[in-house]
Amino acid sequence: MKLVTAIIKPFKLDDVREALSTIGVKGITMTEVKGFGRQKGHTELYRGAEYVVDFLPKVKLEMVVDDATVEPVIDAITKAASTGKIGDGKIFVSTIEDAVRIRTGETGPEAL
Amino acid sequence: MSNFKIKPSFGLGILAIIGLLMSTGASAEDAKPVLDAGNTSWMLTSTALVLLMTIPGVALFYGGMVRRKNLLSVAAATFATTAMISVIWAVVGYSLAFKGSGAYVGDFSALFLKGMGYDSIQGTIPESVFMTFQMTFAIITPALIIGAVVERMKFSALLIFLGLWSVLVYSPIAHMVWGGGWLAGDGIQDFAGGTVVHINAGIAGLVAALVLGKRKGYGTEAMPPVNLVYTMAGAALLWVGWFGFNAGSELAADGTAGMAMAVTQIATAVAAMAWMLIEWIMRGKPTLLGMASGAVAGLVAITPASGFVGPTGAFVIGIAAGIIPFLASVYLKRMLGYDDSLDAFGVHAVGGIVGALLTGIFSAAAFGGAGLNAAANGSILAQFMIQLKGVGFTVIYDAVVTFLILMALKFTIGIRVTEEEEAEGLDINQHGERV
Repeated sequence: MKLVTAIIKPFKLDDVREALSTIGVKGITMTEVKGFGRQKGHTELYRGAEYVVDFLPKVKLEMVVDDATVEPVIDAITKAASTGKIGDGKIFVSTIEDAVRIRTGETGPEAL
Repeated sequence: MSNFKIKPSFGLGILAIIGLLMSTGASAEDAKPVLDAGNTSWMLTSTALVLLMTIPGVALFYGGMVRRKNLLSVAAATFATTAMISVIWAVVGYSLAFKGSGAYVGDFSALFLKGMGYDSIQGTIPESVFMTFQMTFAIITPALIIGAVVERMKFSALLIFLGLWSVLVYSPIAHMVWGGGWLAGDGIQDFAGGTVVHINAGIAGLVAALVLGKRKGYGTEAMPPVNLVYTMAGAALLWVGWFGFNAGSELAADGTAGMAMAVTQIATAVAAMAWMLIEWIMRGKPTLLGMASGAVAGLVAITPASGFVGPTGAFVIGIAAGIIPFLASVYLKRMLGYDDSLDAFGVHAVGGIVGALLTGIFSAAAFGGAGLNAAANGSILAQFMIQLKGVGFTVIYDAVVTFLILMALKFTIGIRVTEEEEAEGLDINQHGERV
């Protein structure tokens, strides 16, 4: 099992969710986050005051999938979230040791 | 409030009374000033409009610019000031500003509005209307100072400061310019309060910002405004209410009031455009805060001039008001490093000075104005120097007395919240409420 974490632009959320549904991802956790990468922030001007806002709003998606689904998931997210411009986000993949469905007590891929 | 409008008629009234008494022995009743219903209804309306400028106008204009944690404290300060100054004005302020014949200050003859009855008339309107109209000016002036001290001044100290300031600074300056004091005699042209209201408030704000010190984190931390739509709504209420302020200052519904209204609209629109454009050119983006600030700066600058200048003067004053206060608020403030948080000085004092000085030029008939004061003998330079003297005196008197009041408070009850309270926000620790 793998944990796929994707940081994407907020307005791409619906597209990504749809793309993941069509390839059979059953559950996603979404968090509104702020961060910066190469896009850096933007500058705000209030009369004489000038603030550089480093952290821009992004959406973080987390899903645990079985090993065979990792590649299609990455594909789907990459296609759906891409605008070709700086700031599209990143995808991280890590290994998950176990999973438990609280209601039934099922473990491993069964619990996903 | 063009004093040469009120004073001569008042003086003529007295002369007429004396004349009648000497020649015919007729009762003074015949010479009693007559109430004009048209003028009175316009002044009732104007009074309501000017009150609208402070609450909610100034409260929204300033409130939108502070951080969320201090929004209520600004609204509370403005609202409480409105109530407190109303009381002070009725008790003593009105008498000190408009009664007596002192050169610098009025007298105590109308404490608690003594002598003001149902039949009292001032010019052609009831004295009760004149007093209340003037009260709304006395209210907005200290309310404007709040912009310089937000996010760090103790509420208790702020109220005491503004109360004392109203009695010790506002009333005397109002008397000198409008109440028959020496600046009126000198020939100053201040139709609706460039010196009395805006320079006065802006200089007091600068002194208060300096005595109080900068906000914690000023210049190093981001202090994003809570919601600039509040600021826009406040600026819009100021703009609308200002018709009462400027056109109402004629104290009559006549051609001068009409021209005051027209030049107010023109100068304000030109200043909003000028600020927006210069900001766009020099800073890269046309901001909503910039447009609103430009409009207010235009309103401030046309205040002394309305009723004296024509459309030509309004255009020039509008352009100057869009550019010079912009430069003061953006560059001068950064260069000098003071934390006049919401630019009470940059917009009101600088805009007021620009307007007061240009009034002395564009009131000339040659520029389509109503004409220079008789004291200037037709010389624009002489009128300009009279204006400059009035501005200079106001700045110095205001700065000195404001400084003394604040120092007295600083070393007695203290004027600033603790560092911890400041970080927490004034809404919670001064008022026990939050947005």
